[in-house]
Amino acid sequence: MTAGPAPAPPPVLEMRSIVKTFPGVKALSDVTLTVARGEVHAVCGENGAGKSTLMKVLSGVHPHGSYEGDILFDGEHCAFKDIRASEAHGIVIIHQELALVPYLSLAENIFLGNEHARRGVISWNETLKHAAALLRRVGLREHPQTRVADIGVGKQQLVEIAKALAKEVKLLILDEPTAALNDADSAQLLRLIGELKEQGITSIIISHKLNEIAEVADSVTILRDGRTIETLDVGAPETTEERIIRGMVGRDLDHRFPERTPYAGDPGARPALEVRDWTVHHPIDQQRKVVDGVSLHVRRGEIVGVAGLMGAGRTELAMSVFGRSYGRNISGTVLKDGEEIRTRTVPEAIGHGIAYVTEDRKHYGLNLIDTIGRNITLSALPKVARRGVVDEHEETRVAESYRRSMNIKAPTVFEEVGRLSGGNQQKVVLSKWIFAGPDVLILDEPTRGIDVGAKFEIYSVIDRLAAEGRAVVLISSELPELLGMCDRVYTMAAGRLTGEIARADATQEVLMRHMTMDKG
Amino acid sequence: MGSPVTTEKPGRHTAPPGPRGSAVSALLLDTMRRNMRQYGMLIALALIVVLFAIWTDGVLLQPNNVTNLVLQNSYILVLGIGMMIVIISGHIDLSVGSLAAFVSAACAVMMVEHDVPWVLATLIALGIGALAGAWQGFWIAYVGIPSFIVTLAGMLLFRGGTQIFLGSRSIGPFPEGFQKISTGYLPSLGPDTNYHNLTLLLGLGLLVFALAQEVRDRRRQLSYELDVLPRSLFLAKCVAMAAAVLAFTLTLASYRGVPVVLLLLAVLLIGFGFVMRNAVVGRHVYALGGNQAAAKLSGVKDKRVIFLVFVNMGVLAALAGVVYAARLNAGVPQAGVNFELEAIAAAFIGGASMSGGVGTVFGAIIGGLVLGVLNNGMSLVGIGTDYQQVIKGLVLLAAVGFDVWNKRKVGS
Repeated sequence: MTAGPAPAPPPVLEMRSIVKTFPGVKALSDVTLTVARGEVHAVCGENGAGKSTLMKVLSGVHPHGSYEGDILFDGEHCAFKDIRASEAHGIVIIHQELALVPYLSLAENIFLGNEHARRGVISWNETLKHAAALLRRVGLREHPQTRVADIGVGKQQLVEIAKALAKEVKLLILDEPTAALNDADSAQLLRLIGELKEQGITSIIISHKLNEIAEVADSVTILRDGRTIETLDVGAPETTEERIIRGMVGRDLDHRFPERTPYAGDPGARPALEVRDWTVHHPIDQQRKVVDGVSLHVRRGEIVGVAGLMGAGRTELAMSVFGRSYGRNISGTVLKDGEEIRTRTVPEAIGHGIAYVTEDRKHYGLNLIDTIGRNITLSALPKVARRGVVDEHEETRVAESYRRSMNIKAPTVFEEVGRLSGGNQQKVVLSKWIFAGPDVLILDEPTRGIDVGAKFEIYSVIDRLAAEGRAVVLISSELPELLGMCDRVYTMAAGRLTGEIARADATQEVLMRHMTMDKG
Repeated sequence: MGSPVTTEKPGRHTAPPGPRGSAVSALLLDTMRRNMRQYGMLIALALIVVLFAIWTDGVLLQPNNVTNLVLQNSYILVLGIGMMIVIISGHIDLSVGSLAAFVSAACAVMMVEHDVPWVLATLIALGIGALAGAWQGFWIAYVGIPSFIVTLAGMLLFRGGTQIFLGSRSIGPFPEGFQKISTGYLPSLGPDTNYHNLTLLLGLGLLVFALAQEVRDRRRQLSYELDVLPRSLFLAKCVAMAAAVLAFTLTLASYRGVPVVLLLLAVLLIGFGFVMRNAVVGRHVYALGGNQAAAKLSGVKDKRVIFLVFVNMGVLAALAGVVYAARLNAGVPQAGVNFELEAIAAAFIGGASMSGGVGTVFGAIIGGLVLGVLNNGMSLVGIGTDYQQVIKGLVLLAAVGFDVWNKRKVGS
């Protein structure tokens, strides 16, 4: 094994030829991952490439014996039978969905399952003291007795890291740590990862965001279809974003967006949807204006973007317009084709030809335990029903036509939606709303958490919708997406509209400047 | 199609060419796995029936006992249908036993003390059920109080109401027409055979209808190029179904024919089965139970649907109360104790999920029958009610436990 000349120090982690099969699917067919001691190692790949599965194998979620291949950690062969076993070796994984108990304090969460206790009795003084020290170490200025529910997602992420530090972590695995964070919180988190590196903690970070990888990682391993494609040194000049993307998708991606003919209609044309002076208050904290006096409009055939950082009020704006699904004390007017309309309930909004495609498809978009077909028809069931009775034949025909035209990858429309990948789920949600036949579509983060190939398909659909003469509002956190797709972009910050930028004038820098503008 | 090629559809799995048998068994396994709860419970029901048939030397399956089984369990099955719908919608109703008692007390007071004609009294009783359901539905759907709390309150309210109504009296007897709801049989018609002619006719009708339905489903599935059972297995399934229907029909026909309640149950089963499967409102119930937020954002009128589900449950609870009173021939203050638990157990044994969105009306019937056959069989062999409860508790645990275990196995 160690026969060859090895000038480099031995790696902290080696995973060799890992194969993991699920009933019917080979999730990992041959993955090798070598992580050097004290580095930040990024793992990237499309959704379904096997990143999460690999990390579950490493952390013992998939126990030894359920996979093939070897894991060497600190030079030792490892056979973890569960997470506790891997944590005992100092391997801690922080999942994308945070595993904190909302109504317990930070201190209680940090030492959950790892309590400072003697014979089952917790020593609170010791707990609080150590918790405070750990919170300082991750740069979180909160009292250890604060409840987790009372701090934001960004801070919760830091609590997770403190929890990992409490377990004397040697290898920290972060699964898309910044997916739910705003830019400031992301930056703080990445800085912290750098600091931990200086303290000798090795990190594996799974990420979709290439700029993040460039910023924080020392090397990057690319997975595709359950195989390791290559491992690159991030510092090396040949490691470009294009190269990583090529590795992930297996093809050159010179066109990340469909070729789009910009809106050619009369700029003075009457808007399909217009919102005037729209103000929404927070549902609990009713003094707080979440959306403050926003006016915007979109014409038929036009794609209008809405940019903003987390908490800018974009989703709240969209949901409050769509049947008052969010907020209290809503004021303002909505006009459809120049005439004022009532959109006080969702059925009213749908009746006026408005569709809202949620950013959170699992919670607000789909019935995961039902079939593709039944999900697609749900918002317009009467279209496939006669006198209150669903014509299943017609329903299946409709669903089948969307399965084909939207390229939903499933053998039949009778497949459960929960079994599909994120991209295919998103296509089901889009199908549902296209089937409802709206004039105006509000798309909220339509490509969040889906892989590059599926993104392109979704962009093509959006483009087609606009070409058919529908008005599209595109809410997105990805600036390239807004620049690539939109005719105009509105920017929002802290509930207010801060800018309206034409396609020709829009650059990432211009948008970001407006998104961080504080008119308060 | 017009093309000369064979119409045998290509398999959607590009399975390696292997022995045909293995593909068939794989398909069979797959079908079984997907419908494990229903098939499992159907098989369990069959096993329980066979077990007790042997244990009781065939008494279980004697015509008078089969008839008795139907009569004994009718009100639980009525409640089970409503409860299944409530649970699919993501809620629970603990008040149905008390409500059934309240309604049967009201029937008694109306008919015996105020000489209200029984048809009118029955209609008023159903109206009371609808009102009670509307009362609970209002708090649950429009005010947003959890159904567990509202119906727990209802359980106390209606039980107390019953006791206020009746004191410690039991009021009866009822007019004959009313009793017939629970103890009557369909009239016998035609020439004197050794069997009940109308029952045979109904049985045959049911058989033809069921077979036609199966063939239609299969054809439709084939037209969508879905995997279907191979012809031989399909035929076997049809034969088994026909045998079961015929055996049941002959058994009933050789005693006193179809009880009125059985007809009532059949109507409810077919009616609610159709509504839950094919009607827009049924679809909305499933959608709300599966993901309320998503259903709401898809334009489902969530409050109205949930309200209606509870009104419906109220009416069915009232119907169960009527059937129970008619069977007992009296209104008693302790009527319907623990009915809600039996109905809930029937729904869960029959495939409902605690989190909602899953289950069928047919499943509720299967679940109710599992409990009913257990009750009846254990009584026949002389197991006391103490041990009966223990066994029923274990069966409920095993049924749901099996489902959880099965899901985990498929999921991981």
